[in-house]
Amino acid sequence: MGGFEGIMHGFSVALQPENLLWCFVGVTIGNMVGVLPGMGVLSAVSILLPLTFGMKPVAAFLMLSGIFYGAQYGGAICSILLNLPCHPPHAVTCLDGFPMTKQGRGGIALGITMMGSAFGAAFGIVQMMFFAPYVAEVAFKFGAQEICALMLLGLLAGSTLAKGSPLKGVAMTVFGLLLGIVGTDINTGVERFTFGMIDMADGVALVALSLGIFGIAEFLKSVNNTAPINTAYTNLRVRDMRPSMADIKLAAFPVLRGTIIGSLCSCIPGTGPTIASFVAYAAEKKVSKTPERFGHGALEGVAAPEASTHSSVQGDFIPTMSLGIPGDAVMALLLGALIIHGITPGPRLIIEHPDIFWGLIASFWIGNLILIILNVPLIGLWVKMLMVPYKFLFPSALFFICIGVFADRNSLFDVGVTLFFGIFGFLLMWLKFEPAPILLGFVLGPRFEETFRRAMIISRGDLTSFVSQQHPISAVFLGLCCLLVGGQIYVRLRPKKPKPVEAPKNLTQAAE
Amino acid sequence: MISEKKRDIYAGALVVLLGIGTALIGQRYQVGTLTKMGPGYFPVALGFLLTFLGCLIGVAALAGKSVVETSGGAHHGGFAEKFDWRGWVCIVGSVVAFMVLAEFVGLLAATFCCVFIACWGDKTANVKSSFLLAAGITFFGVLLFSYVLHVQIPIVRGL
Repeated sequence: MGGFEGIMHGFSVALQPENLLWCFVGVTIGNMVGVLPGMGVLSAVSILLPLTFGMKPVAAFLMLSGIFYGAQYGGAICSILLNLPCHPPHAVTCLDGFPMTKQGRGGIALGITMMGSAFGAAFGIVQMMFFAPYVAEVAFKFGAQEICALMLLGLLAGSTLAKGSPLKGVAMTVFGLLLGIVGTDINTGVERFTFGMIDMADGVALVALSLGIFGIAEFLKSVNNTAPINTAYTNLRVRDMRPSMADIKLAAFPVLRGTIIGSLCSCIPGTGPTIASFVAYAAEKKVSKTPERFGHGALEGVAAPEASTHSSVQGDFIPTMSLGIPGDAVMALLLGALIIHGITPGPRLIIEHPDIFWGLIASFWIGNLILIILNVPLIGLWVKMLMVPYKFLFPSALFFICIGVFADRNSLFDVGVTLFFGIFGFLLMWLKFEPAPILLGFVLGPRFEETFRRAMIISRGDLTSFVSQQHPISAVFLGLCCLLVGGQIYVRLRPKKPKPVEAPKNLTQAAE
Repeated sequence: MISEKKRDIYAGALVVLLGIGTALIGQRYQVGTLTKMGPGYFPVALGFLLTFLGCLIGVAALAGKSVVETSGGAHHGGFAEKFDWRGWVCIVGSVVAFMVLAEFVGLLAATFCCVFIACWGDKTANVKSSFLLAAGITFFGVLLFSYVLHVQIPIVRGL
């Protein structure tokens, strides 16, 4: 199916009333989650995942994806008006967004953000439309060796390029791989790491793991420990949001540069929207003729990172949909959702399930349009939502976690598993481990083992087959892996220079 | 607060423990060879890898090169200075209460107690607001999960 035919088919899928409704529900919830301080995309997607089991896979996936990109719109509001980075990708927007708010230009910052976001998202979607089918076509020719090497590259990139210590990130990925193989081994039927418990025979539930480490652990950390919300600047009207011509002119090139940076970042596995926004901010500061304005309310410092966040959010879907290899934890979760709905991810997905792939792309267009409509006239509503206190938020969320995990497999045992991972995840965070790579390893774990076994059977146990002449592509991937590890070691051992972007102290609180 | 160095050493130790444990348990399944990998091969390999990584984390900490805080920009922070036993006990208690009550009493009691107990984790909690929130969530929760989504927990067991 060609690009044009595909997208027409996609719209016919996405415009079906049922799918349209769930897309709307998804982006609305996403926007809400983005605005609410103290709620993350990961926990929102995992709470809603069990509720989608009764739905058709297409509708379920459109909704869950909607939460992800919808949250990016809401996150900007929180950063600009409250100086609270509810979401890591928007942490950098606080630097200039909040000073603008203090100068009474918060509305303009939001208006420009909406325009930049729409542009960035549109670029990202177009990129996915043309790029993903092509990537999948190339990936068709991959054998076990290539896929195995590619997964290794994805895992390494996901754990070393994300925030936190790379070494600890790799350790967490390996731990995730380990959790992924808990349960009955598909090749031999042997039960592994079940500790004699029957409930463990099916393995650890994705929902239980992710709600444990991103839900309960997060609450354990944040209870009585949230920053007070400053509502001094939250009176905002729609007409405050209209930027002047001069503002638009000022923001046009930063938006363009940010978009390109975001789309480049999304091509590298493991560098999600967070890194894209930081890089875009640093780049903007570097090319600016007046870098001293940054940090004191420079419009470029809001426009560029926001545009790059959105283009990289959309671009992030490319490796997930075309290769079946997620770039970060949110993508891993969405991929897990596909698997639960009985859809095998991988290069065949676009051909075997055109409904999902093209429907998703069409729903991106629709969803982003809905989000702009939701955000511009209804800005006042979202701002009100900023004031929901955390002390009401987490008890309600805890209930949704409990019942969501139960509904997943009708098992109260899983609720206990969630609690265990909550406490363990809290311990890990206290030891400054970044828990996100666990999910990446967990989702890829079983497939990684299976592919590796197959590769070894094909090559009769010859490890050098990965770099032999029959498998030049896998050799390239492994070379990139070495480059990645080597680069990290080099960066760490060379004398330290001051960081270009210094996050202020208050940024760190809600960003986690 | 403990120092970064100590924290990294603990972190390394935890990973080493996990690695050794994995390798030991993995050994009990059939390991096999590279050509014919048994169910134990992959776990044992991961166990060794974890042990190695844990050692690296520990060594890096001892060498004084903090492995934390170089990439990304936003780093971990926001951990409370003191142990917040009240919050922790209430959150864990709330989940435990849900499990126990859902098993023996029913969804109604489980939902109410889950939310009510969790509310007390916040230092500024009072009876009125906790009760109202718990009652509201119970009402909508039971409506949504029992009548719309048909979750397999009876509203009141034994009825």
